[in-house]
Order: sequence, then C-alpha cells, then structure tokens
Amino acid sequence: MSVILESRQLRKTFGAVTAAADINVSIEADTVVGLIGSNGAGKTTFLNMVTGYLKPSSGSIRFDGRDITALGPRQITRLGICRSFQIPQLFDTLSVSDNLLVGVGIVASAGKNWANAASTQGTPSDAVETMLERFGLQPYREMAAGTLPEGVRKLLDIAMAMVVRPRILLLDEPTSGVSAEEKFTLMDLVMDAVRAQKVTVLFVEHDMEVVTRYTHRVLAFSEGRIIADGEPTTVLNDAEVRKYIIGETFHAKRRGGHAQA
Amino acid sequence: MKRERTVVILTIVLAAMLVFAPFLPNWTMFLFTVALCYGIVVLGMMLLIRTGLVSFGHGLYYCLGAYAAGTLEPLFGITELAVMLGSAVAICAGVSAILALLLRRYRDIFFAMLSLAFSMILYGLLVKTSSLGSTDGFNVTVKTMLGVHIAGTAYERYLIFAVTALIAWVCAVLIHRYLNSHRGRLAEAIRDNELRVEYMGASVANTIHLNYVMSAILAGLGGALMAVSVGHIDPEMAYWTTSGEFVFISILSGTGSVLAPFLGATIFESIRSFAYEYSPNTWQMALGAAMLLVIMFLPGGLWSLFRRSGRSAM
Repeated sequence: MSVILESRQLRKTFGAVTAAADINVSIEADTVVGLIGSNGAGKTTFLNMVTGYLKPSSGSIRFDGRDITALGPRQITRLGICRSFQIPQLFDTLSVSDNLLVGVGIVASAGKNWANAASTQGTPSDAVETMLERFGLQPYREMAAGTLPEGVRKLLDIAMAMVVRPRILLLDEPTSGVSAEEKFTLMDLVMDAVRAQKVTVLFVEHDMEVVTRYTHRVLAFSEGRIIADGEPTTVLNDAEVRKYIIGETFHAKRRGGHAQA
Repeated sequence: MKRERTVVILTIVLAAMLVFAPFLPNWTMFLFTVALCYGIVVLGMMLLIRTGLVSFGHGLYYCLGAYAAGTLEPLFGITELAVMLGSAVAICAGVSAILALLLRRYRDIFFAMLSLAFSMILYGLLVKTSSLGSTDGFNVTVKTMLGVHIAGTAYERYLIFAVTALIAWVCAVLIHRYLNSHRGRLAEAIRDNELRVEYMGASVANTIHLNYVMSAILAGLGGALMAVSVGHIDPEMAYWTTSGEFVFISILSGTGSVLAPFLGATIFESIRSFAYEYSPNTWQMALGAAMLLVIMFLPGGLWSLFRRSGRSAM
C-alpha cells in the first residue's frame, strides 16, 4: 500500500515542555490507525500538527508526497485532511442539514481548488442527503444542532468532516462522552461511511475495546514519543504499553472484525 | 419556494409603493423615502450581524456616501444622480476594502468600538473642513436623472422616491440571493463557530471582508440617497448617534429576512415623526419605550412576528 501521510523528526515544544519528540511515522492509504496514550502523551498535539493548528518546532509532514508543514488548517483541509473534534464543533443555531450544507457549499464554491472535489457527485442537496443517510441523521435533519443529544452531536461533527471529501480523516476521541451502549453503533456508522468514501483514518481513543475492534494498526504515545507501533493485539500486549498506558488488567483480543479492509 | 416568496413579496411591495405614492401627501412620501434610505443601510447592518459582528460606526459609510455624492457638484459641477450614486458606491467600496483589512481581525466589542472610532475620525475631519461647510454642511442638488432634467419639476419628489424604492428593491433581492448562496450561508456559520469554518476549508477573514465591504456599499448608497432626498448633508451623518440609530433599527427589525430592515426603518421613522409632532420635548422617550417593548416581548425583533418557528425562514 502507498504511503499517504508521513512525518519526519516531528517535534513540538512549549517552553520547557516537549509535547512531541522526533515523531517518525508513515501511514498507508486506506488503513485505520489508532493513536493511544495517556493524557498529555502527545496524541492530540500530533493531530494538531498534521491539521495545521500547531506549527511544529522542527521536522516535516508530507501528505501524498507534498510538504504541508507550513500550511494552515484551511489549506490542509482543501488538500484532503479533515478532522473531527473531541468537543463537537458545530454551527449550533443551524439545522443538522444546514450544518452539512455549509460544507457542501464550501467544496462547491472552491471548485478546482479543492483537491478531492471530483469525488463529489450529484447536487448539493444529494450530497447532504447521502451524508444524513450514512450517519443515520435523517430524524434530526430539521433540528438545530445546539439542541441535539451528545451522541448525535458527535456523529454530526464527524459527518461535517466527511462532507468536505477528505482523503484522510482524523478523529479526536470519537467515543468520548458517548454512552457504552452507543459507542459501537457510532463507530460502526463511522467506519461504514469511511469505507464508502475510501478514506484513511487516524483516531485518538482511550477506549481499548474500540481500538482493538476498529483499527489495523496502533501507535502508542508516551511523553511525546511513539513507544510502540504495530498491529493492535501486538501493541496492546506490549509490556511498555501495558505499564504506561493501558494497565496490566486489560487483555487485548480482536472482536467483531470491523477493521478488516 | 420560501426564497421566491420573499422576492415576490418584495416585488408586490415595490409595485404598490410606485403605484400609490403619487396619491400620498408629500410628507408621507418623504417619510417613506427616508425609511427606505435607512432600510438600505440597515440591510447592510443585517449582513454584518448575521456574520456575528455589530458595527457601531456605520455612520462612517452613510456619511461618506452622502459626501461622495454631494461633493461632485462643488468639485466637478456634476449633478447627475447616476454618477452621484456611482461615486458613493466606489468611494465606500474602496475605503471599506482598506479598513476591513484591519477590522476583520477583531470581534465583539473591539470590532464595534474600532468601527465607531473610524466614524468619529471622519466626523472630526468634516467638522474641521470649512471648505465643506464645517458643522453646517452644504446643500446637495440633483438636476438630471439618466440625462433627463428633473430639478424643479412637479414629479421631482416622486422620481427620487421611485429611484430610492427601486434601488432598495434591487439591494434587498441581491442580498437575499447572496444569503441563500453557498458563500452567503457562511455568514451564520462564522457567527456560530469560526474554528469549524476554517476546518471545513473556508476563509473566515475573506468572508468577513466581503460582507463588510458589501455592508459599507449599502450604507454608502443609503447615505447618498438620503443626501439627494433631503437636499442637505452635514457631519452629523457620521456622528455616533447616527450609527446608534442604525443599531437601534437593526435590533427593532430583527435579522430574519431582508424585508425586516425596511419594516423596522418604516416603524422607527413613523414613531419618530409622530412622537416629534405630538411630543416634541419627549420624543426620545417614545423611541426608548418602543425599544424596551421590543426587547422584552420580541427579542428576535419585529420580524419574529412573521416567523412560525425559531429558524430564519426567509
């Protein structure tokens, strides 16, 4: 598989604190990669550097062979790297369908300036309908986003990232704040949508059941470094990962088989 | 259908105004002309408010537009209405495009106060410029309209009213179309969540810049039309109380539709005229009471009376 995202010697410091230290990683296209680590381990910092929210102190990030280290969030989104947020970032006074229509409109207005715009099919309302259907949001279409329950807000947040035609989707704790019963339903919907659009996924997650079930590969972060990288069962059974991140009581075994490509 | 309904209503109102205006007394026609001028300015304010920005300095462009139109005669001997309006649009577009480079970086009270500061700078400059009449201002004359001589004719007042109404209609339809376009829809998205807009690939700064320039052009047009309607301009047009009136009408109107600013401006102007006529010493109290009632019972503005749900319908 071809490498779609690559970081070399990526480093981010905040004064005396090193949030990311020499991160070297290559992500293959069409894979689902989980980022795990305790709070402050550098997962979200890595995500923020890839999406242009934070500028690295040193090192480089390449997307599809192009250096994107110096680009801002808007330019990176236009190239095809989109993200969702730990706390859903919605347009609260707009309806669910209008939230999605904003994204469809942005892609349509950008035209040839949008790297993945060619994958858009049909009218703007078709694109909105497809996304509402994929994420099971039809019952909420006319509701203001600010009035939605948390699980639905999470789904809409991810749908808003998907509606702008990403090639890589970065999810920041997609199941945080979602009930234990809802988390697999949410992830199943997201993964079905991701497969339908052939999107590479990186997601930060603290729930190891979700990580085991949905990823092809896991990157374990600790103190700004990647301490383990490999298949989920291998990484989650790694001695250092068990000691510093997940604890000794968790036993990783693949369930459900959703991660198979 | 909702989109077209607004255009149909606007067209019916325009047609009714053009047909019935000749039968109205002069003072009523003048009141409607002034309300339309204010309505055009507030239409621009509405565009900014939808983007999440409140300008306390739109008197800047209102006055700039008026002076851009009015100074053509003393400077170049031009008294053609189309050229005067074109001059107002060009000057306001140019000045706002430059000022927006700074203003688009500010939000909330900082944006409001900075825009107020710019308007007061213009006020200060005009007050000190004796060649433009200083605090007294000067008279503005329109002699031709698209080459046809209108000055001193029996239909002069009606023609100015008709042109104002027609321009108001064009502005309202264009802004309505814009607000329902992909780019126009970004205004409310920016008001709700700028971060998300950037992460969806759109430029918040560029959209605010564009909306600010459009808003300034509308304010300039309103000012120029007011100048030719009243026939006199002075620096008070840039004073902070004038900008305050535009904010007042914006709150009174609500931002639910492009029709709202014209409704709000008509009611504002009617209350002011009647209160001034019947209670010349306390007319401000009548306006204050009206505002108090609107804020208490119609926090979404007068337009919320016409909406069935909480969402912006038109």
